[in-house]
Amino acid sequence: MITLGDYLLVSAILFSIGFAGVMLRRNLIIILMSLELTLNAANLSLVAFSRFRVDPSGLPNYNAQVFVFFIITVAAAEVAVGLAILVALYRARQTTDVKDISQLKF
Amino acid sequence: MTKVRGLRRTGIGIRASSFIRHSSFVLRHFSRMNSILPWLILLAPLTSAVVITVFTLRWKAVSTFISIAAVLVSFVCSCLIFARATGAAAEFTWIDISGALQVPLGLTLDQLSKTMAVLVSAVGAVIHIYSLGYMRDDEGKSRYFAALSLFMFAMLGIVLANNFIMLFIFWELVGFTSYVLIGHWFYRDAAADAANKAFITTRIGDFGFMIGILMVWMATGSIVFAEIAPRMSTLAGHPLFLTIVALLIFCGAVGKSAQFPLHVWLPDAMEGPTPISALIHAATMVAAGVYMLVRVAFIVQASQTALLIVAWIGTITAVMAALIATQQNDIKRILAYSTLSQLGYMIMAVGLASNDAAMFHLFTHAFFKALLFLAAGSVIVMLHHEQNIWKMGGLSRKLPITFASFVVGALALIGCPPFSGFFSKDAILALAYERNTPIFAVALFTAFLTAFYVIRLLVIVFFGTPCSDIARNSGESPPVMTVPLIVLALLATVGGFAFFARNFLTLPVEKEVAIIVPALAIVALIVGSGLAIALYRNRTAEPVDVEILRHKLYLDEFYSWLIYWTQELLARVSAFVDRWIIDAGAVGGSSRGTWGIGAVLRLVQVGNLQGYVFVFGLGVVAVIYFAVFR
Repeated sequence: MITLGDYLLVSAILFSIGFAGVMLRRNLIIILMSLELTLNAANLSLVAFSRFRVDPSGLPNYNAQVFVFFIITVAAAEVAVGLAILVALYRARQTTDVKDISQLKF
Repeated sequence: MTKVRGLRRTGIGIRASSFIRHSSFVLRHFSRMNSILPWLILLAPLTSAVVITVFTLRWKAVSTFISIAAVLVSFVCSCLIFARATGAAAEFTWIDISGALQVPLGLTLDQLSKTMAVLVSAVGAVIHIYSLGYMRDDEGKSRYFAALSLFMFAMLGIVLANNFIMLFIFWELVGFTSYVLIGHWFYRDAAADAANKAFITTRIGDFGFMIGILMVWMATGSIVFAEIAPRMSTLAGHPLFLTIVALLIFCGAVGKSAQFPLHVWLPDAMEGPTPISALIHAATMVAAGVYMLVRVAFIVQASQTALLIVAWIGTITAVMAALIATQQNDIKRILAYSTLSQLGYMIMAVGLASNDAAMFHLFTHAFFKALLFLAAGSVIVMLHHEQNIWKMGGLSRKLPITFASFVVGALALIGCPPFSGFFSKDAILALAYERNTPIFAVALFTAFLTAFYVIRLLVIVFFGTPCSDIARNSGESPPVMTVPLIVLALLATVGGFAFFARNFLTLPVEKEVAIIVPALAIVALIVGSGLAIALYRNRTAEPVDVEILRHKLYLDEFYSWLIYWTQELLARVSAFVDRWIIDAGAVGGSSRGTWGIGAVLRLVQVGNLQGYVFVFGLGVVAVIYFAVFR
């Protein structure tokens, strides 16, 4: 039997992988992908919570699952914007390495 | 909104409302006349001032006529009211904030105010007529007579007001007209400065006066004299409060009656036309302070401490002004200092708690001082506006009428029997002898000084040989100027006799023991006059030179030094606050603060994206730690 804890464990592992990716990888595209991973970790925990909570009427509470759809939609928009910026950046600088994009500093 | 409240203290003794219903038309008409007549005293000069200012500024003769007619109407009405036994005047409500403040427009008609009204309008009338001659060729004649009428309105308002608010408004109004008239020849810098000085200096006293009025109102809940008097007893338990109130009210008199230390404006006020000096700065307005103190004597006399201070201020003013007068060379300034000195005597009498003596001296002083000024004016006009006494001399043969009247005035001023000044000054001296010996000694010394400087003036101006061509070629003034002199000389002669003065005043009672007082006064008089004659006979220049007195004890210099440093200190403090607290602190501080915080925070911006993420992750961990585990 798979419990809520298992789902949350998977979600935590996914989040950690995503966060580590953001923190450690140099390629901006990878960083963007890792960001999506952290988002989906959150989505997974939301769905799990929704599935394992049962109202007095006997039905699951679907609010969190509806919420996840919204997150996916917003994430799609975010990726579209992020990738567009990335393409523009690449055209201007011929690179996608974060080490080379460090003009905005003291 | 104004409404007729009722006829206060009518002779017939019926209230207006029932009266109007029940009586016949003739009686009603008569009663209305009775109650309106006192208002006519005020309205006539006011109308004159307004009409001249609005319509007849261009027609000088018409303006003159209107102004003189107005003052004569006031004089006749004052006499009619004086002759009536009872005082009935219509009273209106002006401000009525229920429960908090009621300001009626009402008149006080008692022996005191009736006498004062007759005195003011009589002297005023004489001086209006004299002005016809003195201001004959003046460009601003209409303006002059308009201001003179406004002054009559305001001064009679002070005399007749029955409450503090009215009194204060008229009080300020006489200050204003005094300003306008001192500055009549405003194109002369000295006149314009003197006008400013007079106005500003008296304002200092008036500020205290206003606070005093507010304190009286707070304590008693009323501003009407007749209502305050019976309520004073409820304050008997607060002697300090009473002293402060009395002294604040006295502040008004210090300013207006030019007492030490605010006396400095009066000698400078002599820059105005001489009739103005006679009317406003000698006979009436400067006496308003004394009159006001007598009117509210129930406040002043409620505190012994205040009385003592008042008496000493009067004494100091009297002796100080007399000392300064001995070394002045301008004929009008000498008279101005003698006015200060005599006002000091009056204030002294008020401080010795004798209203009768103060009013008696005010009464006689008004006549002889107006006379002296008008005679001086006659001399000045005939000498083409020469005021230096050392350029006169030998005028007794050139201006016989002026000379004779000046002698009468001078003898009255130094208190020579049987002229009026003798009786009133003697009354004050006797009072001082009885109640306060040090003050008596100083007052006696002042009497000696008075004799000295007045005889000095007389000897230099009218005897000896003429010291300049204009003095040699002068002639007598026209009748329009000499007739007022003769009238005033008569009044100055008889004004002190009991048979005359008793009709107007309650004379102070003299005790038999005080026979030594007139004796001492006459000795002082003889010594003073003898010394002056011996020193100044046949002189053409000042034989004694006392620099400190010639410079008026350096008080003007001291005041300008004081004002300079007060201003300087204030300016420096403001500059410091502006430069170091506003500019450097508030404005510069916020800009430098923002800049400094930015300088520290920008060190965080290292440009390493992963570094930011790391810090961000730490932050999240911290938030979770504090949210969940604490």
